[in-house]
Order: sequence, then structure tokens, then C-alpha cells
Amino acid sequence: MKLIAAMSGGVDSAVAAARAVEAGHEVIGVHLALSSNPQKYRSGARGCCTIEDSHDARRAADVIGIPFYIWDMAEEFHDGVVENFLSEYADGRTPNPCLRCNEKIKFAAVLDRAKGLGFDGVITGHYAQMQETSLGRVMHRAVDPGKDQSYVLAVLNTEQLAGAHFPLGDTVKDNVRIEAKRRGLYVANKPDSHDICFVPSGDNAGWLRDRLGSEVGSIVDEDGKKLGEHKGAYTYTIGQRRGLGITVPAAGGEPRYVLKIEPKTNTVVVGSHEALAVTKIVGDRPIWCGPEPTLNIEHRGFAQVRAHGSPLACTYVQTGTEIKVDLDEPLFGLAAGQGLVIYDGDRVVGSATVARTE
Amino acid sequence: MTIYLDHAATAPINDAAIDALNTQMRKVGNASSVHNPGRAVRKDVEDARHKLSELVGANPSEIIFTGSGTEANNLAIKGFFWQAPKRNLIVTSAFEHHAILDPVQWLVEHEGAEQILIPITKAGVIDLDFLGNIVATRGSDIAVISVMHSNNELGSIQPIAEVVRIAGDIPVHTDAVQSFGKVEFDFAALGVTAATISAHKVGGPLGIAALILQRGLDLTPILHGGGQEREIRSGTLNAPSIVAFAAAAEYAITNMKVNFAKIRELRDYFIAGLKSAVSDVSINSVLDPALPGIVNATFPGTESDALLLLLDTEGISASAGSACSAGVPRPSHVLVALGLSESDADASLRISIGTTNTKAEIDQVLAVMPSVVERARNAFVVSGLD
Ligand SMILES: Cc1ncc(COP(=O)(O)O)c(C=O)c1O
Repeated sequence: MKLIAAMSGGVDSAVAAARAVEAGHEVIGVHLALSSNPQKYRSGARGCCTIEDSHDARRAADVIGIPFYIWDMAEEFHDGVVENFLSEYADGRTPNPCLRCNEKIKFAAVLDRAKGLGFDGVITGHYAQMQETSLGRVMHRAVDPGKDQSYVLAVLNTEQLAGAHFPLGDTVKDNVRIEAKRRGLYVANKPDSHDICFVPSGDNAGWLRDRLGSEVGSIVDEDGKKLGEHKGAYTYTIGQRRGLGITVPAAGGEPRYVLKIEPKTNTVVVGSHEALAVTKIVGDRPIWCGPEPTLNIEHRGFAQVRAHGSPLACTYVQTGTEIKVDLDEPLFGLAAGQGLVIYDGDRVVGSATVARTE
Repeated sequence: MTIYLDHAATAPINDAAIDALNTQMRKVGNASSVHNPGRAVRKDVEDARHKLSELVGANPSEIIFTGSGTEANNLAIKGFFWQAPKRNLIVTSAFEHHAILDPVQWLVEHEGAEQILIPITKAGVIDLDFLGNIVATRGSDIAVISVMHSNNELGSIQPIAEVVRIAGDIPVHTDAVQSFGKVEFDFAALGVTAATISAHKVGGPLGIAALILQRGLDLTPILHGGGQEREIRSGTLNAPSIVAFAAAAEYAITNMKVNFAKIRELRDYFIAGLKSAVSDVSINSVLDPALPGIVNATFPGTESDALLLLLDTEGISASAGSACSAGVPRPSHVLVALGLSESDADASLRISIGTTNTKAEIDQVLAVMPSVVERARNAFVVSGLD
């Protein structure tokens, strides 16, 4: 096959590209420039979007012996990921930009361009496993549970899945590092990147405040009684306990948590831990990562709501426009905007965006 | 198989240069040393300087060796600027190489310089009337005028003798990196104050170049040290590369007429073929007076990085505008200066033909061109968010 390898400059994508070459594919390395001014999204050694990263990626491509190009996806990234991140927060929701980037950039803009150029698909260093079944291609969790990235890939529809290749899903990260060294890929010792790549300082709240303003609003309890003030409701996350800056103690002395963010009135509602409990989740924008579950009947499975969260046993129903989840045990703290991913064992069934909870 | 069509980026080193390099590299000695090996190397360097000076129409003492054309350009721009503390205006053409534009920009940002860009006419040459006006109104402010002898993306040769006439007493520098060895270039006859030439564009080694500077003039150095080159440029002389530079230049100029005709014929054949292979192509490069081998063309509805990728997979090496330091493609400032829209500039390629190319190679390129352009168009249509 003719494949485009998306190379970040890190060890995973480099080894993924090398494996694809070894498997006999015709591979071209591409580094995505996601900022029109690379210094702007600088995140230093944490490794994303810097000039050094693009040079590391180029060096890896040279060592592997494949052509290398830089694709300017800054506009697409800004419009599709950064703007969305801001508007979601402005609406009082908590988005996951990595999910969004996979859905709109890596396996959309890049995959489309690759196909236009006559290539068959895109290789990345993500940790997830593909399986060909009688029902078509499906995605499973990676063998390395610590590295599994199937959650952030659950936004791929079947067509995107067909053009995606993850050569690392069957390997544990430690062995990928060893393999990189054996292959002479000097990126082997770079630390993993975890933070949001376009928030270089890691200070999410400060970054949002710079862009959305810091209008003072109220912190209230569930009855609407004012307990304190804040500088921008969107800098809080549901379930947050520390840094609320409330001086009035709760009646029983128990800690208080952020329960709700109301962007229209710029209000943060706090309350007890029990009030965070969620057993019913409704997600919209469903995407099926393989065969679509039968409409309007109950299925058993697992729901996961964070990249490194635990799978929670549940019953779910899909209605065509929504996924309704009923958890066996309550979950504490879930914000609208988060990604809801449904698994059947280790297989990714699909995903949706959390719309509301009960 | 590789079809190399990027001679303006760097040309293959010729045998004369390789032989000279090999011989010289086996000799020990620092040309500044007074002992016998040092003297022997100095003689080789000075012989090379002498030969080069004849080839370029200058006096031997007018040649200042540098580590690159970029360095020579920086030395000219910064050197003339710092040499004239009362004059803070630098005038260049709008389509100079970055090795001119960027040092000027740096002086603007850090040293209080002012920059004026001479616009480019539709014919791909500088607007002499504009220059005349600036010199008439601001002449006493101008530290240096720098206009390239020929443009590396369009091939067009610039009216340097006219620039010199208009400039009067104002120093004139010309970046002759693309011209030297390919078209007539005579330093003394042109009357410029300074000129840049670089070895790797004429079949010499990489990393050796020269600033030619009229005798008796001083420039503020940018490198300080042993003062080897007229106290204007310091650094132990790179004897093997200097000797090879002279050998390459001699070879290129001896064969210049023959090569010029041969390359130009290939260029015209390529352009004719391109027009029939891709009906809506438009040619930006200049045919005459021009470098013989430059073809710059716009393929509407494509992006140059897609064209380059696809040509590369076919084994064909071409180029487009420059890239930023992170490698992100940027529309060529040269084409924008010529009046192209950013999207047209972004849909353009430069193909530069050299002595090693053959008609069979051009035929192979023409054969794949329609499918390359079609695939680049497909990729362009689908890219972007829904
Ligand atoms: C017109 C022009 N000036 C200057 C340079 C820079 O020369 P060098 O590569 O020797 O630094 C080049 C080559 O890239 C050029 O084409």
C-alpha cells in the first residue's frame, strides 16, 4: 500500500513508520505544522509543535530512509480544534481537543489529502489494535493498558477506520523504546507528551482567561446562596474541589465540589460529593467505530468518559441521534462536552459527546 | 532513478573541482603561516584568487573569500550600513534572496535602519523609475543599494548598469550568485561597488563564496579574528575549497556559451511541452534576457507542496518558494512581488535545468506531468474542514 506516516517527532510515530516500511508499504513521512507561528505553541521538551520536533521528525524519516514533508495544517487546526476548544468552554462544557484533532485533522484533513494524492491511508504511532472481522474492520484496545489510546480514536467512523493504520497496538511502550534504539532512531529518549499542545505553559485556566476574559461571577450553593466569587466560570471543571476560594464553610464541614457551570449567568454551583453522582448519561453526535449496534434495544457494555479513566459497566441504547447510558454504579463528576466512549469488552463500539447527565 | 531539476538550488560538483579539492586536501599548511608548508598553501590560494579575479573581471585584491553566499550578502548589507553612520536607508529590490532581505530586516529591527523595496514590473525586472525617484529625493540617506544580478526564481537579468548610473556615488551591491558562470558577468565593466558569488551554484564545493569589493573601500566586519581577508573577513582560509572554486568557475566559464545554448534549448522544449501537457499552466519565468535554465510555472488549483511530493515520488527533483525555519511551505515572495496572488504563488513550481540534463529526462517529466497535476488538484479539492 501507499501510506502517509504522520510523524510528530516522537518515538512512537517514528517506529510506526519504520514498521510500515519493513512490512513492504511505500511510505512517506509527513509532519503536521499545526501553528502558523511554531513558537506560539511551543511546549519545550514535552514535545509537540516546535521547530525542534519537526527537525526530529525529519531526522527520523532520513534514518528510516523515506521522503519527508511538512504539511501546513495550521488553519485547519485553528478552526477545527482551537476555536472549538474555546467555544466549548465558553458554553460551559469541557471538550477533549485530542479527540477533536483525531476526528477533524489527523483522520480527516490529512487522510483526505493523502487520498487525493493517490495514497491509501495514514499511519500514526497511536496505541490501538485493528482487527479484520466478517463485519468489517474493528478497533480494540492496545495490549499495553498504560498506553492504550483507543479512547481518543473512538471518534473515527468506519470510513476513517479503513484508512487508519496503527502498527504499535500490539507492543508495549518499553519495547517500542528498545526497538527505536535498535533502529537507530535517536528520538528514543524523549518524554511522552500529555498536555494540550496548544497551551504551552500547561496553565489551562490562565490560557482560557486570556482569551475569554475574566469577568467576576458568583459561586453559589445548590439553593442559590452566594458563597464567594470567581474570575471566569469556565476555568472550573465539574468535580473540582481545590482552589474554589470559598470562605463560608459548609454546614456539616464536609468538602464542596463544583457541580455545575452556568455560562449564561457566569455562575459556578457547588455542593456535596453525593450531588456529583451520575448514573444516566446522554451523549449526542454518535459515531460508530465499526458495526452499528441495533437501534432502540438495550445492549450491555462499558462506558469510558476520560482518556485514562476506567471502563464502567453499563447498559446502553442508541436511538440514531443519541446514546443513552445507564451505569451499574454511579460515577462522580462528569461534564458536558467530554467524550463518551462505549466498549464491548476490549472492542470500541463507538463514541458520543456528553450532552447531559442525571 | 533521479531526474535532477533543481540546479538553481545547488549544481552537481564538476570533475575539475573534485580533482582540485582532492589534491589540495592532501596538503598541510595554514595560508597565514610563514613556514614553507604555509607559504606553499598561500601560493595555491593566491593563484586561485588570481584566476577567479580574471574570470569575474576584478582585481585579485578585490576578492574576499567567505563561507557562503549568505555570509557575503550579510557582510555587504551590514558592512555598508555600519560604515555609513549618517545614512540609515537601505534600498533593495522586492524579490531579493532571503540572504539579502533578512539581514536588512534585522537591521531595521535592531539598528534603526529603514528599508525601501524597489517594486518589480510585470516583465520581472526592477522599476528603474521608482529607484530614480528614491535616489533623487532620499539619495543622501542611502547607505547601500542592493539589486540581484539575476533572480533565482524567475531567471530575469536585472539592469545593473542602469542601477549603477542612477546611484551615482551611492554604493551598489549585486548578488550575482545565480549569474556567475552561467551568463556574462564582469565586475569592473558593470561598475558595481560590490558583488556576491558562490561556488556551489557553478559546479564548485558547498560552503565557499566571495564578496567582491572595490579596492580601497572598507567595510565593517561581521566576523572578527585573524583579519585574513583585508581585515574585513576573518577565519583561516579554506584552501581546498578556494582552489576548487576557481577550478569549477574556470570550467564553467570556458564552457559557458555551449552550455547556455544547450540549456536554453532544453528549457524552451520543456516550456512548449508543458503548455501542451497542462493546458492552463502559466509561465512566470522570464525568457530573455535571462538565465538559461529557469522555468517557473503556476498550476492553478494545486498546492506546490503536493506537486513537489508527487514529483519526488516519480524521482523528479524540483522546488518551490522558500520554507520557514520549521519547514512550513510559504508562498514565494518573488512571485508575490511579480504580482501573483498568494494562492497562485502557492500553486507554482520552479524547475531549474542544468548542464547534466538531457532531452530524454525532459520527456519523462512531461509524461508524468498531467497525472501529477491531476492528483495535486484532487488533494487540493478535498483538503480543508467540512
Ligand atoms: C540569489 C542567491 N543569493 C544567495 C544565495 C545563498 O548562497 P549560499 O547558498 O552560498 O549561502 C543563493 C542560494 O541559495 C541565491 O540563489
